[in-house]
Amino acid sequence: MLTPVLSDNWDQIRSWQLASYQRQGGYDALRTALRMQPADVVTAVKDSGLRGRGGAGFPTGMKWSFIPQDNPKPKYLVVNADESEPGTCKDIPLMLASPHTLVEGVVIASYAIRASVAFIYVRGEVLHVIRRLQQAVEEAKAAGFIGQNILGSGYDLDVVVHAGAGAYICGEETALLDSLEGRRGQPRLRPPFPAVAGLYGCPTVINNVESIASVPAIIKNGADWFSSMGTEKSKGMTLYSLSGHVARPGQYEAPLGITLRQLLDLAGGVREGHELKFWTPGGSSTPLLTADHLDVPLDYEGVGSVGSMLGTKALQIFDETTCVVRAVLRWTEFYKHESCGKCTPCREGTWWLVQILERLEHGKGTEEDLDTLLDLCENILGRSFCALGDGATSPITSSIQYFKDEYLAHFENGGCPFDPMASTVFATAGASA
Amino acid sequence: MAENHATATDVPVPYSTGDSKITDTTIAEMREIAARYPVARSALLPMLHLVQSVEGRVTPEGIEACADVLGLTGAEVSAVATFYTMYKRRPVGAYHVGVCTNTLCAVMGGDLIFERLKDHLDVGNDETTEDGKITLEHIECNAACDYAPVMMVNWEFFDDMTPESATQLVDDLREGTEVKSPRGATICTWKEAERVLAGFPDGRADEGPTGGKATLAGLRLARERNWTAPAGRQGSAPALDGVPGPRPEDQPGRESQAVHTDDTRKED
Ligand SMILES: Cc1cc2nc3c(=O)[nH]c(=O)nc-3n(C[C@H](O)[C@H](O)[C@H](O)COP(=O)(O)O)c2cc1C
Ligand code: SF4
Ligand code: FES
Repeated sequence: MLTPVLSDNWDQIRSWQLASYQRQGGYDALRTALRMQPADVVTAVKDSGLRGRGGAGFPTGMKWSFIPQDNPKPKYLVVNADESEPGTCKDIPLMLASPHTLVEGVVIASYAIRASVAFIYVRGEVLHVIRRLQQAVEEAKAAGFIGQNILGSGYDLDVVVHAGAGAYICGEETALLDSLEGRRGQPRLRPPFPAVAGLYGCPTVINNVESIASVPAIIKNGADWFSSMGTEKSKGMTLYSLSGHVARPGQYEAPLGITLRQLLDLAGGVREGHELKFWTPGGSSTPLLTADHLDVPLDYEGVGSVGSMLGTKALQIFDETTCVVRAVLRWTEFYKHESCGKCTPCREGTWWLVQILERLEHGKGTEEDLDTLLDLCENILGRSFCALGDGATSPITSSIQYFKDEYLAHFENGGCPFDPMASTVFATAGASA
Repeated sequence: MAENHATATDVPVPYSTGDSKITDTTIAEMREIAARYPVARSALLPMLHLVQSVEGRVTPEGIEACADVLGLTGAEVSAVATFYTMYKRRPVGAYHVGVCTNTLCAVMGGDLIFERLKDHLDVGNDETTEDGKITLEHIECNAACDYAPVMMVNWEFFDDMTPESATQLVDDLREGTEVKSPRGATICTWKEAERVLAGFPDGRADEGPTGGKATLAGLRLARERNWTAPAGRQGSAPALDGVPGPRPEDQPGRESQAVHTDDTRKED
């Protein structure tokens, strides 16, 4: 049922140190990779079926193969460790517990695309994670896994840990590149794609932490081993993060395609005495689902087939004590705050969305406001410069689809009918234990 | 609770106060940061973290120093500094206390915790207590939702908070009692934390656990029920001998730390 691979060493003492990591076979995959041709490493990752774990699910090996090797410019690998999508909490615990899994993946991936420098762009608001990453990179340098002529292979690589400074939009890959170049983090027009003209205008691969951290296991155990897990088009194991009104929230590593019903079962169910109301399959930018979707396979195709997205597999669970309008308003305030301001539909649109949702939450709205909301969403979705704007509409349109009555109840009631205390962990004894 | 999201716009932003602490050492460290990158300008974000570690905020002098080192104008550096929420124009207290009020934490109690702390400390959002000890701010999702409601002190995790544990925490900080993050190190000052973000490690990486209860929830269950991933090429690895390099056995001093005493599961 559960298949710990990435999380397998997290219960080892000082799992973040090189000695502990190597005791579990760490850096064996690097030795294997360095004896392969770089192109064969790319092929192995392609064959494994690994798809990007940062949200979009793009095939990782294919992304690597887009790097034009005849381009004389330097090539770069950039790891997206910005993890800021509301609900998403997998990369941070991975880097805290086992930064070397990521670092080993970084060296292998860099070798595969022949990068000369790799950057780990980590959000700035996670001090201890940054400490552990810095230390892991130093340890790996001292051990000869990073630097000149790595393990006698003739391959040279430098790795830089780079702390961001607080901006959700910097998780968007082209905004991340601008930020890493020391600018405001605003998305770039594509094409050109980063594989052709990315960091400093050079060919660049950008991958999520979990994508890169999956690479050592693939090289070590083989593409077939990886693709023996998961479903037809969604291969391998992955970290599902359960949070909210669930008895045992946390990280559950399972093959792609497990269902929420199964995961909830493992996590002790929705907190005692309550029932599931709504949930996000992959962060706040993925349309909400309800108890009707408990048996949907949590893979790219399954979640897509019910009108949402697998996203980051951030399963935020809300029970019947939660006001969906309050939840959606708060997410919308987040998008408004994080909108980078580059394009009008998102910059102006998110502002208006907040105005209307506030009115609705406080019982001062009308039924017409719901139409206006949907209208606005239609003008943002697909017309924004990047996916932040699209994502901002997801909670709104999906909540109106499933919970229109609750919106109506707000203005029939002249205000929010929910007690905000009832949804807290300290409302019921034992709920937080 | 839209008022949560108001900023302290009534307090004027201090311009130069004439007591900048930027020295030649700071400039040298800025150059050191710039040297880590293929293109120096990439160093700007870490350099601004360094400015905050020295000045306690982003000062006009700090902006000028960054501009000088990178050959940019002050306006160019300012445009970057104002884009990112971690850079502060007003002086930050010894401890930056963040309360996550993004949806999941808010619903789980973050809103009530934030209200309680505003009352308890008698400050608004993004304001500092009169003793200069604590700056309170509501923050966005900090990638710790499985520990909701979440607080951060100088960007260290404080998990599963309640209004009571939150007030206790800030009282301890104000009284100078040693405070440890349940998933991090002993709390240092905000300026010291900013120095680490600038890329100057403080040697505290080994403090704290590998993860908390939620981090290990799935793994513990898998151990209990003997669930594992399919067997891989464990052990065989013909490629191992070809390439030299340190093996765990070569580091006997470390070995003792790496042994997990109650680990009964691994068959290899
Ligand atoms: C607004 C926004 C925020 C994003 N934040 C992240 C993030 O924090 N981490 C991440 O890996 N990808 C994030 N992404 C997705 C990246 O743009 C990109 O698709 C991903 O890093 C590619 O890596 P992958 O192929 O390994 O998934 C974000 C996208 C958008 C539009
Ligand atoms: S959609 Fe929003 S975040 Fe994206 S470019 Fe436009 S304004 Fe910026
Ligand atoms: S919502 Fe608070 S940490 Fe994610």
